[in-house]
Formats: sequence, structure tokens, C-alpha cells
Amino acid sequence: MEHYTMNLTLKIWKQKNCKERGRFETYQVKNISSEMSFLEMFDVLNEQLIAEGKEPIAFDHDCREGICGMCSMYINGRAHGPWHQTTTCQLHMREYKDGDTIVVEPWRAKAFPVLKDLVVDRTAFDRIIQAGGYISVNTGNAVDANAIPINKQDADESFAAAACIGCGACVAACPNASAMLYVSAKVSQLALLTQGHPERKSRALNMVAQMDKEGFGSCTNIGACEAECPKGISLENIARLNREYIGAVFSGSEEKG
Amino acid sequence: MNWKHYFTTSIGKKLVMGFTGLFLIVFLVVHCYLNSMIFVSREAFNAAADFMATCVAMRILEVGLFAGIFLHIIQGFMLVRKNASTRGERYAVSAGNKTSAWYSRSMGLLGTLIFLFLILHINHFWVPSRITGGLNPTEVHGVEMHDLYQKMIDIFQTPWVVAVYLLGVFSLAWHLIHGFYSAFQTMGLTMPKYKALIRIVGIIFSIVICLLFALMPVSMFMGWVS
Ligand code: SF4
Ligand code: FES
Repeated sequence: MEHYTMNLTLKIWKQKNCKERGRFETYQVKNISSEMSFLEMFDVLNEQLIAEGKEPIAFDHDCREGICGMCSMYINGRAHGPWHQTTTCQLHMREYKDGDTIVVEPWRAKAFPVLKDLVVDRTAFDRIIQAGGYISVNTGNAVDANAIPINKQDADESFAAAACIGCGACVAACPNASAMLYVSAKVSQLALLTQGHPERKSRALNMVAQMDKEGFGSCTNIGACEAECPKGISLENIARLNREYIGAVFSGSEEKG
Repeated sequence: MNWKHYFTTSIGKKLVMGFTGLFLIVFLVVHCYLNSMIFVSREAFNAAADFMATCVAMRILEVGLFAGIFLHIIQGFMLVRKNASTRGERYAVSAGNKTSAWYSRSMGLLGTLIFLFLILHINHFWVPSRITGGLNPTEVHGVEMHDLYQKMIDIFQTPWVVAVYLLGVFSLAWHLIHGFYSAFQTMGLTMPKYKALIRIVGIIFSIVICLLFALMPVSMFMGWVS
């Protein structure tokens, strides 16, 4: 692909902290290479702001290779930008042309309060995991990996669900700000495996209870989450979570403490 | 998990929507089938309507129907209200139709339009036939009954009434296209093996049933049936 450079107008959400109201600020960046990643373009902008004695823009990032799920940005109305199954760090500037205007917002959900600029607090996800997204095993020697046979299809589906990186794009993209895709992936990866069975009922009940407590919306099967998920987590997981939940409810299981 | 969870947890609320929704879908099938008797004959339709009005089992089911509609509306309203509060600050730019279908995002609006239509509709037919009376008597095979058929003809002579019915049915079609699939998804029945089938059956069902419903006021207005 031909290399080119571009000048861009950026409208970026600036917000001092979770209490104050934010607003958009407009910035110009010049000579951006088409081979840069979206975050590298942000690095250029921040260098420029620091050189001008201004405050750089706060944004989350860590691995920059699409596996940590930190780089939350809502770009021109799309979670992680317009590329299919791609995180912001893997979005490249060849998507844009000279003269484009790009609007960048943080994930917007009450359960993900903005900490600063584009950085949001996603610890609600951690609390959902703490509510039941684990298996209880005794410590000691590692068990032989093949001690419990697991059928190939279940293992594959569990693995696909385990690909969720907890980025929160599903919540950001959902018109209801629902966390069902995330919770369904975390419930599925365990529910499909023998090791996850002893706690499957309390897990489904507790994780859904925590999800509701955190203030996420209720899933109405719109499907924007699946369309925007960078890891291709499927709506089938939501159907599975619903089955797990119904199974737990109708068998009269109780939530734990 | 106790009973109140069905009405308070996010999935519990959706289950109530799904169960009542499917129940209302079954009602629509019966309603559409019986009403289609207008395309057969005046007597066939009046006899069918009389059966619904006099059969005890049907009258009991009718109470269930009103309860179902009521629950569906109340829960739907609670869902929309809750979901409208979870975003906080709105996005300046939104994905619109790029990531989801407009009707799946508009179930509350479509439901409200259907509800407004229902008020008019119940007032047109259910109220005079069950409560206030005032329908012309007619006789089918020696049995005296209401001439609901004539009532339909009379009501569907007014253009705006026909227009409102068409709008109601149009809203219903989009509401069903999402609702049919959504109910199965909420109940966890959309395994890969059935998902495509459920989607297709849902779409065909919604279109066919709503076309039939739309044809009723239109045929009476145009005088295609008499
Ligand atoms: S389900 Fe997808 S979009 Fe949601 S947190 Fe996991 S990886 Fe991100
Ligand atoms: S920075 Fe880790 S996924 Fe983007």
C-alpha cells in the first residue's frame, strides 16, 4: 500500500476528573503517516501539546498489540474505530485521508465513570469477576492437563469465549450500556468446562446480580456488542448465559452472601 | 432467587417480556385466523366471533390476554426507563444503523405506537361487543348473535381510521421482527443449529400476519368484500 501523510482535525473529549463536566477540544495534527497506528497519532499530538506547554490528553493503553483491552476510544461513533474486530491500537491511519475530522470520545456508561479525558474506570468488570468468574480449587501440585477429558467442541467454544479481553467495547456500543456480552463470555468459558460445573448455578446468579448492581443496562438483543467486539465474542454466549441463569433460577438456587 | 427476581433482575425482566411476548404472538395467530373468516363469508366470521364471545374457556383466556398485555407493557416500560438511564452523557457521534437495526433499538417507540392503536382498536370492537352492546343482531344457522361483520364494514369506511390501523399494523410488523427472535434469544433457545431458522421464521411470520391484518381494513374500505 502506498505511503502518504495527512493533516487532520481532531475533536477530543477533555474532562478534568469524574466530577467536572467535560467538553470537546479541537486540535490540529500535521504530517501524520498513513503507517502509524491510531495511538501513535495520539503520541504525536501529545508530544506537540507538551512542546507547547499544554496538558497532554490522557488515554489508556498498554500492550498496543490488541490483547490487553486497555485502549478504549469511541472514534467517530464507533467503539475502537471503524475496523471490524480491531482494537484502537491496531487501527491504522491509512483508514483516514488528508483533511479528515475525527471525533474521539471516552466509553460512555454510568458504570464506567470517566476518570480523565478518555480514561474510564472499568473496575466494575473486576467486581463482576470477583462475584463468581472463577473456579474454586485447592492449591498444591498442578493437576495433569489430561486428567479430565473434555470434548473438543466444548473446549473450542470455551476457548473462543475466553478470548474476551475485558475491553468494554460491548458496553460502550450497546444502546442500553449493557454488559451482557462480557458477562456471557466470562460465564461461558467456565460453564463449558467440567471444572466450571460445581459452581455454575451460583456463578450465573452472582455475576448477573453484580452486573445489575453496577448499573449496567438490560440486554434487549440488539446485537451492537457483537458487531463491535474486537475479539468476535458471539451472541451465542448471551443465549448460553440466559440458559445458565434460567437453569439456576428454576432449580431454586440461591445467590451467595 | 425468589419470585421478585423475575421482575427486578435484568434477565428476569427480559424473561417476563419473552414469555408474555410469545403468548401474545400465539394470540395474534388465533386473532388473525378468526378474522380471516371475513374473506370467507359474513356468516363464517360472525359465527367465529360469537364463539370467542360466548365460549367460557375463551373468556377465561381473554382475562389472561389482558393480563399478558398489561405485564408486557409495564415490564417494557420499566426496561426502557432503566435502559435510558444507564448511558449518562450522550455520544456526540453515534454508530446509528452501522452496528444494529433501527427497529431493534426502537422497540419502546414501536410498542407505544401499537399501544395507542390498541386503545382505539379495543374501543372500536371489544367495548361494544362485550360491554356497551349496541351492535345489530343477526342470525346464523338459527342462532342469534352480534353482526360484528357489519360493525367492521361501518368502521372501515373512514379513511383516517384505516390509516391508523395500517400504521398500527406496520409498527407491529417491525416490533415482531425483532421481538420474535429476541424472545427465543432471551430464553436461550438460539443455539447455532436453530438460530437462522428462528430468524427466518420470525421474519416470515411477522410479514405474513401483518399483511393479512392490513388487508382487512383495506378490503372493507375498498369494498373487495361485502
Ligand atoms: S465481549 Fe468483546 S467487547 Fe466486550 S469486553 Fe469482551 S472483548 Fe471487549
Ligand atoms: S493497547 Fe492493549 S489492546 Fe490496545
